[in-house]
Amino acid sequence: MDYFLELLLGGLTRGSIYALIALGYTMVYGIIELINFAHGEIYMIGAFTALIVASVLTMSGMGGLSVLILASVVAVIYSAAYGFTVEKIAYKPLRQAPRLSPLISAIGMSIFLQNYVLIAQTSDFLPFPSLIPDLPFMEPYSHIIGPAELIIVLTTAAVTLILTVFIKFTKIGKAMRATAQDRNMAMLLGVNVNKVISSTFIIGSALAAIGGVLIASHIGRINFYIGFIAGIKAFTAAVLGGIGSIPGAVLGGLILGWTESFATGYVSSDYEDVFAFLLLVLILIFRPAGLLGRSPIQKV
Amino acid sequence: MNRSGFRKVLAAFFGVVVTVFFASADVFAADTIKLGVAGAHSGDLASYGLPTVKAAEFVVKEINAKGGVLGKQVELVVEDDVCKPEVATNTATKLVSQNVKFVIGHICSGATKAALGIYKDAKVIVISPSATNPELTQSGAYPNFYRTIASDDAQAKLEVDFAIGKLKVKKIAVLHDKGDYGKGLAEFAKKFVDESKKATVVLFEGITPGAVDYSAVVQKIKHSGAEAVIYGGYHPEASSIIAQMRKKKMKTYFISDDGVKDATFIKVAGKYAEGVYATGPRDTSKNPMTVAANDLFKKTYGADAGAFYLNGYAATLAVLNAIQKAGSTDYDAVSKALTTQLVETPLGKIKFDKRGDAIGVGFSIYQVQKGNYVEIN
Repeated sequence: MDYFLELLLGGLTRGSIYALIALGYTMVYGIIELINFAHGEIYMIGAFTALIVASVLTMSGMGGLSVLILASVVAVIYSAAYGFTVEKIAYKPLRQAPRLSPLISAIGMSIFLQNYVLIAQTSDFLPFPSLIPDLPFMEPYSHIIGPAELIIVLTTAAVTLILTVFIKFTKIGKAMRATAQDRNMAMLLGVNVNKVISSTFIIGSALAAIGGVLIASHIGRINFYIGFIAGIKAFTAAVLGGIGSIPGAVLGGLILGWTESFATGYVSSDYEDVFAFLLLVLILIFRPAGLLGRSPIQKV
Repeated sequence: MNRSGFRKVLAAFFGVVVTVFFASADVFAADTIKLGVAGAHSGDLASYGLPTVKAAEFVVKEINAKGGVLGKQVELVVEDDVCKPEVATNTATKLVSQNVKFVIGHICSGATKAALGIYKDAKVIVISPSATNPELTQSGAYPNFYRTIASDDAQAKLEVDFAIGKLKVKKIAVLHDKGDYGKGLAEFAKKFVDESKKATVVLFEGITPGAVDYSAVVQKIKHSGAEAVIYGGYHPEASSIIAQMRKKKMKTYFISDDGVKDATFIKVAGKYAEGVYATGPRDTSKNPMTVAANDLFKKTYGADAGAFYLNGYAATLAVLNAIQKAGSTDYDAVSKALTTQLVETPLGKIKFDKRGDAIGVGFSIYQVQKGNYVEIN
């Protein structure tokens, strides 16, 4: 039973990691039906920024929680700026082009950002300090769940909640939903579509940066390539849950995390990915739009 | 000039070119002993291949300055195989067609295997500084092949002997990264544990390289009751696994291979690296010849030599020494000299056994102590 519980919690952490990144994919897809392949790279840039800031702060004598908070804030701002710029450079000029063009542009952007970090930083793995402090009251349970894992799970839950409220009740949230439903109609009714799209990218990138900081301090190492691998899994999670749907991304992430965790625990880690993608195939056969996705309505 | 006149001129021109070409080739063949150097000299794995080229250059320069081998100068013919089997066959054909009788290389096991058949038919002696695949020597298919590095199974054997003999563990978990190198090593480790009958493999699994989290595998190790983990693979995954194990308060021994015996592992895993065991080439850094070879590289290129430099150095010395001792470049005579004559190299005094593995080259167990790998006996 203990073993089951441990796998359950392990899967929950892993699923939360996927979900945190998947949220950015799903938001962008919801608004402009673009799979933003550069999203994983924004996550990676967030982690790198946090590493640089944290190193500087630690050297100047700061410690503990303030480093985590400051590093996260800088990473969020920096990544949001990257997300904003990527959209302006790579996607906006292609807004009226066939759907394949921005997709290729996204892949290009992803390769560019990876190599940019490779040249500007290093190809080696770098140690990432565990910015999340050890919580004394967690000590007796540390063999089941660590503080980093707990904080990842809680952050994902909080972010999902805030995002849902934001989209449901704020003005810009309403504008986002309007743009998602029909971009031309929203434009006719006076919604500044460009601004909405920009804010979507900024929010998505900020989430990726938060993910980057937390996940990197959980894993303890980063290099220029982490965004690609995390991005692929998060994308799978987003599709699984129904791309375009925010609760779907979280559900998809969790299901993926649990599948992998239990497949490893009870079968073999050799087949971890096999089970994950088998599940994806099965769900897409029975629900082509994903678990919580809406089938596109053909407008007549 | 009419057309047929032009043709005559052209034919004459080609005739001259061809004659000159043959003549020059002849002149070189008479004057020098050609030593091929083949391996990954560009691409992802160039860092594994280039140190050997430099090593061969150093050795050849020194020997040529002393009058060469058998009174002839040694000429290096360097060819790149990018570590790809399909390119390696071309590399081999090219070297053979240039009348090369001795080759230092190749670097990667896969490429070496692909090229060996061509060398064997052409009676070319091949000495690799780095191809560790056990089959290359153990299959007996390539009598022309030698190497100055121990094979993968030697490493696995050492790990298993250490775990069972020194650490006295009874239950061992064997993990690998599903790659050729890691999985091959892990399979040997499993085989040796089974054969020893003193311990059992309680878990044998491949992990996914680059995954965001290894907690499930770590829980599984814990659940299996293993006292030691033998991991076949490279340092990025190893550092994640060891960190998660230690965070979960597991005191399980962690034993790995030369893919983990790397300074980056200690840098990335930090305090969690303490106490980890890894096998790596025996430390010969105090050997005067090794010191000289390393200093030479540092002086010339301003950096540390890098992977397989000493193995390449030893391979070049071994083959040139064998030619000298054999008194000719004859295939059989040189083969005999390689297996009978000891040669002083930066790896120690070596000669080769009948299968082509170097006697006197091996691995040691290292342990991370206070942020450094320390050789333990």
